[in-house]
Amino acid sequence: MTRLLSGDLPRSRILTLVLLLVFLGLAFAPFLTSGARPLNTAATICVYIVLVASYDLLLGYTGVVSFAHTMFYGIGAYGIGLGLSSVDEPTWSAALTGLGLALLLALALAFVVGLFALRVRAIFYAMITLAVASSFAVLASQLSDFTGGEDGKTFSVPELLSPGFTLIENAVFGRAIDGKLLTYYLVFFGCLLLFLFLLRLVNSPFGRVLQAIRENEFRAEALGYRTVVYRIWANCLAALVAALAGALMALWLRYVGPKTSLGFEVMTDILLIVVIGGMGTMYGAVVGAALFILAQNYLKELMAHGSAAMESVPLLAAALHPDRWMLWLGVLFVLSIYFFPIGIVGKLRLRSYLARR
Amino acid sequence: MSASLPLVQPADTPLPSAPRDIAPLLLIPVLALAMLPLVGSFPTWVTLTVAGLAMGMMIFIMASGLTLVFGLMDVLNFGHGAFVSVGAFTATLVLLPMRGWLEADSLLLNLGVLGLAVTLAMVVTALLGWAFERIIIMPVYGQHLKQILITMGGMIVAEQLINVIWGAETIPLPLPASLRGAIFMGDAAIEKYRLLAVVVGLVVFAVLFLVLNRTKIGLLIRAGVENRDMVESLGYRIRRLFVAVFAAGSALAGLGGVMWGLYKETLSAAMGGETIVMIFIVIIIGGLGSVGGCFIGSLLMALVANYAGFLTPKFALVSNIALMIAVLMWRPAGLYSTSRS
Repeated sequence: MTRLLSGDLPRSRILTLVLLLVFLGLAFAPFLTSGARPLNTAATICVYIVLVASYDLLLGYTGVVSFAHTMFYGIGAYGIGLGLSSVDEPTWSAALTGLGLALLLALALAFVVGLFALRVRAIFYAMITLAVASSFAVLASQLSDFTGGEDGKTFSVPELLSPGFTLIENAVFGRAIDGKLLTYYLVFFGCLLLFLFLLRLVNSPFGRVLQAIRENEFRAEALGYRTVVYRIWANCLAALVAALAGALMALWLRYVGPKTSLGFEVMTDILLIVVIGGMGTMYGAVVGAALFILAQNYLKELMAHGSAAMESVPLLAAALHPDRWMLWLGVLFVLSIYFFPIGIVGKLRLRSYLARR
Repeated sequence: MSASLPLVQPADTPLPSAPRDIAPLLLIPVLALAMLPLVGSFPTWVTLTVAGLAMGMMIFIMASGLTLVFGLMDVLNFGHGAFVSVGAFTATLVLLPMRGWLEADSLLLNLGVLGLAVTLAMVVTALLGWAFERIIIMPVYGQHLKQILITMGGMIVAEQLINVIWGAETIPLPLPASLRGAIFMGDAAIEKYRLLAVVVGLVVFAVLFLVLNRTKIGLLIRAGVENRDMVESLGYRIRRLFVAVFAAGSALAGLGGVMWGLYKETLSAAMGGETIVMIFIVIIIGGLGSVGGCFIGSLLMALVANYAGFLTPKFALVSNIALMIAVLMWRPAGLYSTSRS
């Protein structure tokens, strides 16, 4: 177990409990719940955990602020989407070709962006990546002949994963073993593998160097590490993992579009999750993504009740309108940067560390 | 030791003037003239150039505040876009109720209402900037990572608050009656509003330039940028001055927001996020913290976007990025790099 987690144990009883709960919940989601919406929520949580964890590799471990992460996520999603929609009969080879090309493009872009911008200060890098990513999003939505424009592309997946496919005639534990279920487990295990890989990465000597760069770049350089090389590597690896996460999401949704994969909203979601979950702790991505996606899906209903109750107070009713849930998360985000910059996971670990002393 | 070389220069020798760097200044006329044969017809070229200049001026007004604040306080406000949208939305508080006067066929009445709207927008954004500096930014001076994150958060909150107050629908914002339509100079059509934008942009640039270079406040600001401790130990309250600069920068964003909103003729809460990207590109091109670089960068970007939109529409989408890369290859720190970067 320790080996599987690369020696990076949760180090807090509450955190262990939460992580187990999330893991078991996601692993058995198809059997615990019924209906399309809860399963959709579970799959989104899986993908977001990987997406956010790969961003944490940059922000939390290396101290690089990039706004281009959705670009790579989108490239992965479009790779699968365009690969599968380019052929009449969806095949695995079409999907893999699309994915391969997407990974190559992501790698090349990450390398170029990293090369010409990572030597500069944090602020400069953040601005350049924001500019590049937003141009890329505009490009994807304007080249409508190729990408489907604003509407995006709906495509069908190989037969094994399509909802009409049935593996076993009888239901198992009250659940039909169909293509949807297989896709869910493909997403789940794919994300699990990617997450364990990231955990392995940050606990390797390579990960330690990244942390050294975050803490004091000058000193890391003086110790003999080529910091620019390490930062470009981190950039490329994070981009590849994000592209894979995007590919899994596209397989699950059977749709790609600029809103769901390239939009700036996705980038702000990632930032909020990383900070609230805890920067520089891979587990922060798990806790943060689970909380955030659950809130996104279920907090709105709660807010609708609140809004209805506050009908007579004009502004408050508007502020509690279900579409305004980002307002409260934004406030939470600003407050958490001030009052607990280490995030939920950092706070839990600190608490149990202090209790043990 | 030779006695003939004086160690201290006599007081009456003039100080060597700062070296003038005019290469970036030449870029704009060179670009514009080079495009003339490509565009082909002279009237079209005039229309395109004026449109580009007008767009550039508006972007400059929005971006100048941000680059001023960065140059002085070393704070890059990712929430600057929020001031742009707040300014535009505040203007609707005047422009929509007084729509009758906007429709009236009198230039004086139209400009009066517009002036009132702009004043209100600038006052509100200045106050907001002051509060933003106090509440959001003050605790994170000197920490770039936290600055980026926290001002990002501030932008999200501000955007949502606009939705709470003004509703989530886009608001149409018609131009005043006397600013609609175009003037014809020969065959070249020049939209009246764009001429106004060029004039306002030039005025803002001239005022900024004069204040920074010819007044005592400007002297203090520039000295404070160079060495803050020194100016403070001379007895000036540099901190208070910087807060004022932040408020002024926010007010400029508000002004730019009103003008941009009238240019686009619709307002949505997301406009802040959309403009901030252009603003950043301009600031990267111009060099962080340099007002002159920001001015040239804005004009360059808008002109390139306009020419590209006419000549090769597909390329126009990435012309901003292409320009940014080209400039950074030439001067890695932007056209006019400030001493700090």
